[in-house]
Amino acid sequence: MTTKRIVVISSGLSTPSSTRQLADRLSADAAEILQERGVEVEVQTFELRDLAHDITNHLLLGFAPPKLEAALEAVAAADGLIAVTPIFTTSYAGLFKSFIDVIDPQALTDLPVLIGATGGTPRHSLAIDYAIRPLFTYLHAVPVTTGVYAATSDWGDGGDGVRSLPDRIFRGAKEFADLVERTDRSDLMNDPFALERPVGHLIGGLAGE
Amino acid sequence: MQFGIFTVSDITQDPTTGRTPTEAERIQATLTIAKHAEEVGLDVFALGEHHNPPFWSSSPTTTLAYIAGQTSTLQLSTATTLITTNDPVKIAEDFAMLQHVSGGRADVMLGRGNTGPVYPWFGKDIRQGLPLAMENYELLHRLWREDVVDWEGRFRTPLQGFTSTPRPLDGVPPFVWHGSIRTPEVAEQAASYGDGFFANHIFWPASHTQRMIALYRQRFEHHGHGTAAQAIVGLGGQVFMRKNSQDAVRDFRPYFDNAPVYGHGPSLEDFTQQTPLTVGSPQEVIDRTLGFRDYVGDYQRQLWLLDHAGLPLKTVLEQLDLLGEEVVPVLRREFAKNRPAEVPDAPTHAALVAAKYGDEAPRQATPNANRGDNLAGPSPYQDVQAAPAPVKTGSAFGPAATR
Repeated sequence: MTTKRIVVISSGLSTPSSTRQLADRLSADAAEILQERGVEVEVQTFELRDLAHDITNHLLLGFAPPKLEAALEAVAAADGLIAVTPIFTTSYAGLFKSFIDVIDPQALTDLPVLIGATGGTPRHSLAIDYAIRPLFTYLHAVPVTTGVYAATSDWGDGGDGVRSLPDRIFRGAKEFADLVERTDRSDLMNDPFALERPVGHLIGGLAGE
Repeated sequence: MQFGIFTVSDITQDPTTGRTPTEAERIQATLTIAKHAEEVGLDVFALGEHHNPPFWSSSPTTTLAYIAGQTSTLQLSTATTLITTNDPVKIAEDFAMLQHVSGGRADVMLGRGNTGPVYPWFGKDIRQGLPLAMENYELLHRLWREDVVDWEGRFRTPLQGFTSTPRPLDGVPPFVWHGSIRTPEVAEQAASYGDGFFANHIFWPASHTQRMIALYRQRFEHHGHGTAAQAIVGLGGQVFMRKNSQDAVRDFRPYFDNAPVYGHGPSLEDFTQQTPLTVGSPQEVIDRTLGFRDYVGDYQRQLWLLDHAGLPLKTVLEQLDLLGEEVVPVLRREFAKNRPAEVPDAPTHAALVAAKYGDEAPRQATPNANRGDNLAGPSPYQDVQAAPAPVKTGSAFGPAATR
């Protein structure tokens, strides 16, 4: 059986960050669920903080420096993406959006996505559904219905008494794992420069065709 | 192999003095640079095209025609001529003229142009950039090869019985390079016509250029113009030299840090590592340039960008001196070593004439008296039969052209 490739992006800015902590919990649960079903999983995590300069340079120049290139290739070739951002000023972090902006617009098509977000107060939890989810649906990715929002209070006392953060993480991870298990996305990657691929589609009706 | 320079014609503030040259100064400086390129033994001068400040080169063939009059061996080219927003009829006329006045020292590099606002100024839409490039070139290609053209397309008013004048010098169209940074379709277009392909090779990593050239070479062979090794490849490049490496880095850094396009972005060190930009001693430029062959194969034309980002004329002339005295002679010698016999030389008018006519005299177009239209009767030229000549297949250039 082929290995399923899960890529995690975390755009928390501090070290350690609660955003990274949420990202790790989500990916750990997803990996565990898949492994219990006998699916091999490979998880690769990128801290966007480490790529911040590269992302800016890509915006300015149009090409990715090597470290960022590796991250972009990993995302494009993934079977599932776990995307976690802090909520700043009612929306995703600017660094998170800048990273999404340098991804090829076709690269996320059909990609299962599990959205996570963190914030100081639970009152911003809907940012997942009004800001982050439309971003991924626009790109024709497939975000699972559960998005996991973790407020400061979720990590200690005073969290949600109805459904705790670990419950929500598990629920989101399970929905995500269901999609990742079924997708064959990473086997279908195509490369416009691949020389073995027929290129008749590139051009029609030219001299010599 | 040909070596030369290309310029984008930017008028940029010198960050070390805070002074911005006037248009008149920069235009005169560029003419001086072009003439000096010939004086130091370079082969090619290529000029960009822009239609917005802070650039001056809106009319490249006018500029190149003047340079042709001031030089005797320099090959004149463009980098690039906008195949999207220019009327292909005007391109056909302008470059045929340039061929004549320069004595066959003209070729042309076609590109799409990526300045969004330019398109609507010329009644075009950047989203149609690729279809425009395909259709316009198809017409341009015919205008240079057929005396009378009937044509209809999507983007231009139809032509009935149109003759592009003057006919190309000796009946041989200017050699065409297709330039692109990242569009595989353009590599395919170059390959399908058997034309040259020029990789910008400045702003993007070498690995990217490698893939574009590999695609072009493979498709050149597929279309039957010769082997992959016989495809006609040109590369850009960007250098800044001082005798000592440290001096080069010190002197170039303020220009790099404030340059259009990549200024205020990556560090000079990162950019030189990630792209073909070389800042250092002449020996470092030699080593780096010889390395290009490792990933694109033996190629025909190397052009460098030397004169942008506000670099003063004096500095640019010093760069040319170093290229002419220390770099290019070594590169000519080294690139000639182990170059397979099947790899063609860089395209020149003389070589194209020889490929087309062999020992016979080339065509000299001689018109008939004006009869007001081309729609009826025989050819408008005395020197050709009414029946169209059979279409010659094979490459536009190189050994395959004579098969």
